[in-house]
Amino acid sequence: MKQAAHVSIPFYAQNERFSVLNVGVSNMPVILWTDAMIFLLLATILAAALWIRKRPHLVLPWHRVAKGSVGMVSLLLLSLFVLVGLLDTMHYRAALPEKSNGQTVYSAEVLSVFDALAKGIKSRSEKTYSAPLAAYLYAKESMETPDGKILRDYPRLRYGGVHLADPQRELLGDVLKRTVIGALEGLIIGVLLIAVSNMLFHFFIKLRTGRLSTVPEISKDNWIFTFTRAMKNRPFRALLITALLIAMLFGMTINLAAVYHVLGTDKVGQDVLYLALKSIRTGLVIGTVTTLVMLPFALLLGIAAGYLRGWVDDVIQYLYTVLSSIPSVLLIAAAVLMMQVYIEMHPEWFETSAARADLRLLFLCLILGVTSWTGLCRLLRGETLKLRELEYIQAAQAFGVSTSRILTRHIVPNVMHIVLIAVVMDFSSLVLAEAVLSYVGVGVDPSTMSFGTLINSARLEMGREPMVWWTLAAAFGFMLVLVLAANLFADAVRDAFDPRLNRTEAVA
Amino acid sequence: MKSDLSLNPLPSAPPEIGRGEFILNVDGLVTRLNNGARIVDDISFSIKQGETFALLGESGCGKSMTALSLMRLLPDGIRIASGDIKLDEEDILALPEYAMRKVRGGQMAMIFQEPGLSLNPVMTVGDQIAEALKLHQKLRGDEIRPRCVELLEQVGISDAFRRANEYPFQLSGGMKQRVMIAMALAGQPKLLIADEPTTALDVTIQAQVLKLLRDTQQKTGMALLLITHDLGVVAQMAHQVGVMYAGQIIEQAPREQLFARPAHPYTQKLFAALPDAGRSGQPLAAIPGNVPPLGASLAACRFAPRCDKAWALCHDQVPEWTQLENGQGVRCHLYTSQIGSDKLNLNVPLSPGSSTASGEVAGEEGSDSSLLQVENLQVHFPIHKGILKRTVGHVKAVDGVSMNIPAGRTLALVGESGCGKTTVGKALLQLITPTAGSVRFAGHELIGISARQLRKQRAGMQMIFQDPYASLNPKMRVAEILQEGMDALSIANNSDERQRRIDELLEQVGLEKASKWRYPHEFSGGQRQRIAIARVLAVNPNLLICDEPTSALDVSVQAQILNLLKSLQQQLGLSYLFISHNLAVVEYLAHEVYVMYLGRIVERGTVKEVLHAPKHPYTQALLSAVPRIDGQGMKTVRLAGETPSPSNPPQGCHFHTRCAHAMAECHKEYPGETIITATHRVHCYLAAE
Ligand SMILES: Nc1ncnc2c1ncn2[C@@H]1O[C@H](COP(=O)(O)OP(=O)(O)O)[C@@H](O)[C@H]1O
Ligand code: SF4
Ligand code: SF4
Ligand SMILES: [Mg+2]
Repeated sequence: MKQAAHVSIPFYAQNERFSVLNVGVSNMPVILWTDAMIFLLLATILAAALWIRKRPHLVLPWHRVAKGSVGMVSLLLLSLFVLVGLLDTMHYRAALPEKSNGQTVYSAEVLSVFDALAKGIKSRSEKTYSAPLAAYLYAKESMETPDGKILRDYPRLRYGGVHLADPQRELLGDVLKRTVIGALEGLIIGVLLIAVSNMLFHFFIKLRTGRLSTVPEISKDNWIFTFTRAMKNRPFRALLITALLIAMLFGMTINLAAVYHVLGTDKVGQDVLYLALKSIRTGLVIGTVTTLVMLPFALLLGIAAGYLRGWVDDVIQYLYTVLSSIPSVLLIAAAVLMMQVYIEMHPEWFETSAARADLRLLFLCLILGVTSWTGLCRLLRGETLKLRELEYIQAAQAFGVSTSRILTRHIVPNVMHIVLIAVVMDFSSLVLAEAVLSYVGVGVDPSTMSFGTLINSARLEMGREPMVWWTLAAAFGFMLVLVLAANLFADAVRDAFDPRLNRTEAVA
Repeated sequence: MKSDLSLNPLPSAPPEIGRGEFILNVDGLVTRLNNGARIVDDISFSIKQGETFALLGESGCGKSMTALSLMRLLPDGIRIASGDIKLDEEDILALPEYAMRKVRGGQMAMIFQEPGLSLNPVMTVGDQIAEALKLHQKLRGDEIRPRCVELLEQVGISDAFRRANEYPFQLSGGMKQRVMIAMALAGQPKLLIADEPTTALDVTIQAQVLKLLRDTQQKTGMALLLITHDLGVVAQMAHQVGVMYAGQIIEQAPREQLFARPAHPYTQKLFAALPDAGRSGQPLAAIPGNVPPLGASLAACRFAPRCDKAWALCHDQVPEWTQLENGQGVRCHLYTSQIGSDKLNLNVPLSPGSSTASGEVAGEEGSDSSLLQVENLQVHFPIHKGILKRTVGHVKAVDGVSMNIPAGRTLALVGESGCGKTTVGKALLQLITPTAGSVRFAGHELIGISARQLRKQRAGMQMIFQDPYASLNPKMRVAEILQEGMDALSIANNSDERQRRIDELLEQVGLEKASKWRYPHEFSGGQRQRIAIARVLAVNPNLLICDEPTSALDVSVQAQILNLLKSLQQQLGLSYLFISHNLAVVEYLAHEVYVMYLGRIVERGTVKEVLHAPKHPYTQALLSAVPRIDGQGMKTVRLAGETPSPSNPPQGCHFHTRCAHAMAECHKEYPGETIITATHRVHCYLAAE
């Protein structure tokens, strides 16, 4: 939207800019179920981070993660996804201009902060399919020319490329120009941001060392020195380059998205870029909330089975053996269909359709959680079996320490590394599972945007002539980057926690 | 080891065989970590044909790395930096890898500490030996089998033809080590490197394996590089001895000379740190401190921080290798400088003189204020089989043990591994529920009482475990570890009092106060064992069950812990149930000894009675199997075979399958108790006659 100054923007676009500014003034915040779960998860992670900070033996492996460039770059990518997901998690209902007997009336549509920020591309929907960066629709239509003749041709888009007088000639040049300008702008902003944060960092370090030591030896080095010293650090260099590349990509996308559909539009003319960005939250919710659901099961049952043995062990083992021998797709399909029927019988439960779709998403997470705890549970049971024979557990038993205290003080901290690794590794497989389930038709609500629904719609589009390829490509690209980043990060974490790879001394 | 030992001849000297040419010459070997730390630092030695060279040293001093350097089998991240290794005039370091593969297992073979880990679990024993034969002997198809069987017979495996078709899991630890030796012999090596070959084995099995090595050497004339931390093994086996410390050989001498007159202060201390009965009154001469970490400063004598003879020179100059007139080599300033020889002439006694009876705690016969009374304790573990987990039998781990521990005394429980010692300890603490019997502690019966009542008694009786690396939770700081017991048993109510108590405990066990905020991984094995001791002292117990508390520690550190245990007993009047297989430690520490075999006590009595006048053939065999540095063993009683399984003990006297004196009646019924003196009792028909 940087081009606002020298491009004639239609009036409605200007209206939108104002409404963006209105967000949060008189709107009603809405917390959906999955929002609550995500906030809970965030709080847990924050608490865990604070807890770990005080324990040097736990901080050490994370330092190792911070020293690897692959881990850090994938973490940067992941955090961008998380940022989009979080913005998309803060929901609200906009206040409507008209009031009914003094009470503010809120719209039935539940929006998110992300929707507000992306209102530009959200609202500019075309009639139907259009290719990425096109100025014409993807299908021929009968049009009436000014002189009354009926012509069958590709009509101009309502929003995409409307500023061009003659797209046939000008489109390529305009796209190139915007790309280059956008990239440059992104680069400049990126460099500026990095410089500012470096200065802040330098200032911060100076403040700290200044407080710790009275000797003002630091005075001679300036912020440039801080920067060059940081540049000697390999992962930092890799991070910097990635950050600049991403800034350029952002600049380009924002610049083009102002007047084009960067990834085209779908059957009902919605911008695919918007759909793909909205899908991120769904993927993240599935990946993380499921973990939240499954973790207590796996941890509690696994540790109980391993530590208590006897009939408890028998029952739990029996349970997970049975569960893991039922094909999970069948189980999920049955549960989701039942749920669907149930929801449809009680429409009065839901104020908004978003609440209904959200409940279904949450339910999907629950089901996935119930079917996927068995793997981790088995791992934890095995580890606990090994731990319970260790002498420090027996020493605690000899003191008469209660079972619950032995479990929380001795067993849980010593299996935490397994939990962590399993959780990070499971994330990507859950994101993929959602896509598969939605494709099969037992996934999220059709109105929820997700990679699965995108792929599902692409099923028909690929069979169309001429083929519509961009929906699938967009879903594929986004999912690839997300899952790849998650996997690489998981690898980095696992390596950092592997004692065999981190031997500092020889076994003499 | 006493300083006057040179007067005694060494009766159990290794056989003198025709020793010939030098087979192995190592000169100036340096092996480094990739970060530059020297693990093996300038080591030189030579071994003659038919000779045994023992490398003696504590854990972490670089013995195994020296051996792996010779084989060129160093792990990743460690490499040979300089030096010269010649095997039979062939430069080992110059050989390309493919030629080296021929040398390994051919001219030079190696056996390791853990026989279980060195054999491939999915191949039969015969196939594994055959593989070695094919590689190094160029034998063809039908010649291989007979040779395999021959080798197995040579290492003393009975029924060799059947055993060749068995898998490693079907063999016991001792047999696996024999198979390893057979594999090593397959290539008819000129040099056999044995890295702690008997450390994982019981004394009786150790005696068998050592004898096998000696016999084999006599037959084949191979040279043997024996790596060990056990002075007793050295005394039995070695011709030449190199003592290693922190990556260097600090003393080298023929065995007789080394044992008669150790020159280096470290070697002297090692001898003095060995526990035995002669010293049971006094503290052991423990070496303070720990083995220095890898890559410590190179500008001083590495032993200087722990050496009581050190002076300024020792701290700023590395001592050179000095050859003494009698052929002994040593790395110490005492022998190079004027001040040094002055110091030497002061003639500091090597060990605290010969013992007097004054140190003996009064009351040999045991006081009558009994703290713990155990009557007919039984622990049977059910054996489950099949999918329905039906009980098909019982492992009678403990089968009718009675004992009596008076206050302030130490009772030792000795026996081979698997005889049920640990199970007794855990059953006393009610960590394992006993099947039957009675345990009365300070007048209260412990078996069958409720969990709440049991908790009241918990503080009185505590346990110190064998492995200091497994007995402390790695995720808890020392203060939290010490506090756990106090919390559970509500000792010291407010936190100030608790912190004061923790400081006091740390001081009591000889650790700094600052260590309470550190995690266990920052401590060495000996320090960890001190923490474990502090943890149990926190609840003011009367009885400590010590399950092999020093068997995972080095000799010099073992002495520190034994001294600590002894002084705690004197200060606090503690009683100990001391579980051990190390008879020298038992002799030093205990008042009474119970000998256990297959879940039952076969002999009990005072230390003097049991260890100096044993009546049971098993006790006699145990005692004679222990390699003694003074060689004053009793008449040799070799113990054939291995302990039978406790799930199916032999009919009659459990020991009759291995007993040299077994008679007809021994096969029929378990012998009853024979009272020899008021304290000395034996279960054996021999003694009953
Ligand atoms: N939990 C258990 N279940 C079955 N058998 C056991 C168990 N614990 C120990 N045993 C068996 O009991 C016997 C005695 O073991 P243990 O007391 O550990 O011997 P020691 O301490 O003398 O080496 C061994 O045969 C061992 O295999
Ligand atoms: S050189 Fe000095 S410090 Fe080292 S062993 Fe000899 S006397 Fe002790
Ligand atoms: S009773 Fe018989 S078999 Fe048993 S130890 Fe005595 S002599 Fe040997
Ligand atoms: Mg044991």
